[in-house]
Amino acid sequence: MDSVGWTVPHRVQLADINNPLPLDCGEKIAPVEVEYEVYGKLNDVHDNAILILHALSGDAHAAGWSARADELNRPWLKNRPGWWDRMIGPGKAFDTNKYYIICSNILGSCYGTTGPSSTNPETGQPYGLAFPVVTVGDWVRLQERLISHLGIKRLRAVAGGSLGGQQALEWALAYPDRVESAIVIASSTRLSAQGLAFNAVARHAITTDPNFREGNYYHDAAPDRGLAVARMLGHITYLSEISMSKKFGRRYCNGDGPGFHLGVDFEVEGYLQHQGNSFVDRFDANSYLYITRAMDYYDASSWGAGDIDQACRRIESRVLLVSFSSDWLYPPEQMKELAVALSRCRKHVSYANIQSSYGHDAFLLEVEKLSQLVRGFLEVRDAQ
Amino acid sequence: MTKKRRSRFDHDVICGLVSEGSSVLDLGCGDGELLIKLIKNKNVQGLGIEKDIDQVTKTIIKGVPVLHMDLDEGLTGLPDSSFDFVILEKTLQAVKKPLFVLDEMLRVGGSGIVSFPNFGYRQVVDSLVSTGRMPVTSTLPYQWYDTPNIHLFTANDFLDWARKSHVNVEQGLSWVDDAIIPFTEGDAFEASEVLFVVKRFAP
Repeated sequence: MDSVGWTVPHRVQLADINNPLPLDCGEKIAPVEVEYEVYGKLNDVHDNAILILHALSGDAHAAGWSARADELNRPWLKNRPGWWDRMIGPGKAFDTNKYYIICSNILGSCYGTTGPSSTNPETGQPYGLAFPVVTVGDWVRLQERLISHLGIKRLRAVAGGSLGGQQALEWALAYPDRVESAIVIASSTRLSAQGLAFNAVARHAITTDPNFREGNYYHDAAPDRGLAVARMLGHITYLSEISMSKKFGRRYCNGDGPGFHLGVDFEVEGYLQHQGNSFVDRFDANSYLYITRAMDYYDASSWGAGDIDQACRRIESRVLLVSFSSDWLYPPEQMKELAVALSRCRKHVSYANIQSSYGHDAFLLEVEKLSQLVRGFLEVRDAQ
Repeated sequence: MTKKRRSRFDHDVICGLVSEGSSVLDLGCGDGELLIKLIKNKNVQGLGIEKDIDQVTKTIIKGVPVLHMDLDEGLTGLPDSSFDFVILEKTLQAVKKPLFVLDEMLRVGGSGIVSFPNFGYRQVVDSLVSTGRMPVTSTLPYQWYDTPNIHLFTANDFLDWARKSHVNVEQGLSWVDDAIIPFTEGDAFEASEVLFVVKRFAP
């Protein structure tokens, strides 16, 4: 009843040899195909569209149940609804009775949009590491092509959490006149040194896997162990100390004492191993390298030559910033700094820090509080 | 932070003090009621600061920009003299570091508008003396154990601070019964609530 129901992904080619997509690295890429999903109805004046932006391992399937899990060869989609299903649907925060919701897979990913596993037109083989280094700016530039293709001049809102939040911010900076409001959740203007360090270790795990073979593993065994380690590390950063204590404590998997072996003995080990192992079935190691690199490079202040105030002055949309108290990957303090910077520049900005023990994952879990904020923010147009 | 029984009336007074089209920072903005009024009636550029997330949410729902921050942590990042008016409407008595908050108010604002329940109000003092218990009145409606008002003070306490801190009190108003009259130090005990417009003396 409150679900968008069965969903079908769409594919569209948004760059070809005559109209390649220019990239921040200086190269151009073509062809580029984009997978996207839409929910709700675009109104007659095309002003009720909201673009949802996904995070590192996300996809275009943001809500509902995929009707194409088998055809897409993504069996995991059968077991769960879209990644933000609790936020998107009839009567939900992103209300599909009112809004036309769009979500597309990012460039360099492995869920239908062109990425390292796609065929390189120059070789007829998968790109692998010949895929150009892409950035958050490139993703947004490609999303702009999608929005124009869908006949939308101005988005009612752009919204996302984590790396998706950075895309929302980038939208407000890159296309100030095309975004009425931006919702940036559990995110920041740039990743901290600690965040960079975690990504470096994650990539190292992948690239030192003997199966990695310089990214040319598509016809052989993939670097699954490295990718699993990368994902395990990621999951540590998504939780908080409190949430790990609550969820696992020091409990043992079997019985109530040590097993005196070096395998998985603690529940938290079992959890991480499960997360790592299930991830390799659904994600491409090369995509992980490219997307974490884009995450590393992102710095919103580059719109102001390193000065965040100068960058913020570009923004014309209303902005809602939401952080979570126990998020140490994108700490509340960084979000507050952005909020104050936008206020300094006299922008319409609201900031809320939600008390949560879930850590970074809270943006997917603290649905009730987040919904109140998002719904309230979307419903009023500007008061001043 | 006291029950805002006559809040609309209070808000009208503040609306009268704020000039058209000015920039206003409301410290402890609650549900954003005053700011939306100022935005609608005085065309101000408004920003609220509030530490209770439920109040923050209500402010956002009104379409008023608000930052979820704790005043006791200061207004770091907001530049000096960046707002024409900074308002502390019945908030000062509820903060942990009132003098720090006043300093921050005067740092970022041209004028400060401070209103608070007057603990020197005769009825309050009489109640304390006659019952030997913490007063519970319409402007101080809480019990001693659940009051958010952790720094109660009198109108004269506030004026002492202003004198010591080289702060000019440009205007004072007293709530006497149901009327609002100009504040006078001699009649301070008649005022249940007071409001002062303050400005830092030019250095």
